[in-house]
Formats: sequence, C-alpha cells, structure tokens
Amino acid sequence: MSDEYCNYCGKGVGEIDHGACAKRLQLIDPPRFCSACARRMVVQVTPAGWTARCSRHGEISSAR
Amino acid sequence: MTAAPEQVDQRTDVVEVAREQVLERGVGLTEAQVLEVLQLPDDRIAEVLEVAHEVRMRWCGPEVEVEGIVSLKTGGCPEDCHFCSQSGQFPSPVRSAWLDIPGLVKAARQTADTGATEFCIVAAVRGPDKRLLSQVSEGIKAIRADGNDIQIACSLGMLTQEQVDELVAMGVHRYNHNLETARSHFPNVVTTHSWEERWDTLRMIREAGMEVCCGGIIGMGETLEQRAEFAVQLASLEPDEVPLNFLIPNPGTPYENYPVVEGPDALRAVAAFRLALPRTILRFAGGRELTFGDLGAKQGMLGGINAIIVGNYLTNLGRPAVQDIEMLGELSMPIKALSQTL
Repeated sequence: MSDEYCNYCGKGVGEIDHGACAKRLQLIDPPRFCSACARRMVVQVTPAGWTARCSRHGEISSAR
Repeated sequence: MTAAPEQVDQRTDVVEVAREQVLERGVGLTEAQVLEVLQLPDDRIAEVLEVAHEVRMRWCGPEVEVEGIVSLKTGGCPEDCHFCSQSGQFPSPVRSAWLDIPGLVKAARQTADTGATEFCIVAAVRGPDKRLLSQVSEGIKAIRADGNDIQIACSLGMLTQEQVDELVAMGVHRYNHNLETARSHFPNVVTTHSWEERWDTLRMIREAGMEVCCGGIIGMGETLEQRAEFAVQLASLEPDEVPLNFLIPNPGTPYENYPVVEGPDALRAVAAFRLALPRTILRFAGGRELTFGDLGAKQGMLGGINAIIVGNYLTNLGRPAVQDIEMLGELSMPIKALSQTL
C-alpha cells in the first residue's frame, strides 16, 4: 500500500505541510484517512489500541 | 457541600482562606473565591496546588481511582455539542462504528488488567434506544461471564425514568452525564438540548441510587467567571465524581481552531475545582496529554486530582496505561482496590 495521503487530514502528502498532522498522530489521534486512497476509515478506539478499516484497502491496527 | 454565608471565611487572601475553610472545615470555596483562584498569578500556582493536594489527602485519602472507557457506539450523534467529533452535524472525519460484544469484553479485560476498578461504556447518542440498552445489557452479562468483576459505569446520554431503572437492574453502579460547562455558557456549546434536560437526568440517577459522575470541559470559550460558575454549579449537584477534561480541538468541529488550554490555566482549574469540591472524586480525563504533557500530569496529580482515565479515550488516544500506572507508583499514590469506596 503506498502512502500518498495523510492519515490525519486526508490531503495529498505533497499537497501541504503535514507537520501538525504528524504531531496529532503521534500524540492523540488514530489514523482517520486511508493513506492509499484518502477514504475516511471506520475507526474503533479501545483502551489499549485502535483499528481502522478502509472499505477498499482493508484494516490496519495499532501496535500497542 | 456548598458554603453557607456564615461558613465563608472573610479573610482576603484566597489561599489562606482555602487552608482554613476547605482544608480545616471541608467547606468548598464560593463562586467568588473560585474565581480568585483562577486569577492567581503564575508564581502562586505551586502554592495553591499544594493546598489543593492537602485538601484531597485530608478529605479523600491517598488512593487513586483508575478507570478505562470505551465507545460502544461511535459517531453519528444527532446532537450538536460543538466540541464533539462524534456529532453527525459537523464534517468530522469520525465515521459511525459499533463495537461488538467480544470487543467490549476484550476492552473490559484490558482495563481490568491495568489494575483499574472502573470500566465505563459510552455511546454517542441523545439517549439510548432499545437496541442500545439491549447491547449494554448483553455486554455486561458477557463481561461477568468472562470472570471480570470490574465496576461498570455507563454514559448513554439523557435517560427516562424507565431507562434509569433498567440500568440499575443491570448492575450499573455509576452513570456519567456531563453538564459540560457553566449554565450561562451552555447555549453557546449545545443548541439541540438544554442544560436543564441534562440536570433532570442527573437528578433521576441520584434518586435511583446510582453514583453520579458529572463534569465537563475546560477551554470552550468560557470566561474565568463562567469557569468559576461551573465549579460551584457542580458542587451544588454533590456528584460522586467529576471528570475534568481539557478541550481537544478536533477537526471538523466548530471548535477545531480553538487554542489548547495553557498548562498554567489548566493547573489553576485543577486546584480551583478541588477547592470547590473537597470530597469529590476529581478525575483527570481527556485532553491532558495536549495541555500538560508528562510533567504537568504529575503536577495535577499533586494538585488535587485523585482519579485518572488510563489508556485511550473514545475517539482520541491517551498515554499507554502502563505509563500512568508507573507515574502513580513514582508519586507513591496507591491505586484504589475493587472493594474500596473513596
């Protein structure tokens, strides 16, 4: 799966500066947009992790 | 307990007043006194946090209540709470999702494994329908069948009396329903229901014998006067627990560009709420990671906080639970055991 879109805001990787997005993803946010197609994902946060599912590209989850 | 006029200390320095009125007598600060705490200069924050910590230790004890929360039904909420990424009225990236029963049981198990004694099941709804209540009922049965005796709380929006009774029958021991902000500011935050409707649900919860958990969010454009108003309105409710959140400006919500609450303002709020509510469980909830970072979290724990949500929140992530449990160990704060009541 290629990383063409930002997981946080869904915009193209080269489109804008994603520094603030990276900070949010590092601190308090799970991914919301598929990095391959920018679709909004269905995200379930649980006390110890999260899963995020794209209807086309499948599910990713947290390591923790 | 709300202070009666004859109980209010007439001295001028609010920190001195807090020592005598709150620490010695257990009488919470008045609205005007809370406002004074919120207006203290930065170089007096450590001093007021120390008093707030002493108040917490004297009137609540050293134990910390640890809780985990999970979203059973995420997103698609018909209400327009302007801070919330789960409202269906705003272009938030949060999509609707339901957690299944095995997922709920797993989340409760993960929470219990941290040493937590509370597990709160939350749904983004105006109020529960039959399907949601049925899911909660089945979920609680499944959690018990898993051998997990963690105490279960719920947060399912506004309730009818019949729904309150159903939750009591399910064994739900505490219900969360936040007033969110001062009564005078509430119409700026929510327009689809009223502060008074929320209050009605809280009254029914109390009368049914469930513990009342009611707090709110700091940093939603309220003035310091309204922050003080809110603390005293909460005190008049006499809740068992007050979760203190700090605004997370989430994308797509009307508050997405609001500033994060500054650490010193947040610490003044922690102290002020403790001094208004000397006997209440005061819980660090959402937003502390953005507002405080690691160092500030410790200052808060030493400034009147005696409960904490560990792990992730509903749609945002928290610190790994182990980090907070280690922090409590470093601070020599024992975690409340399952059989205890704070």
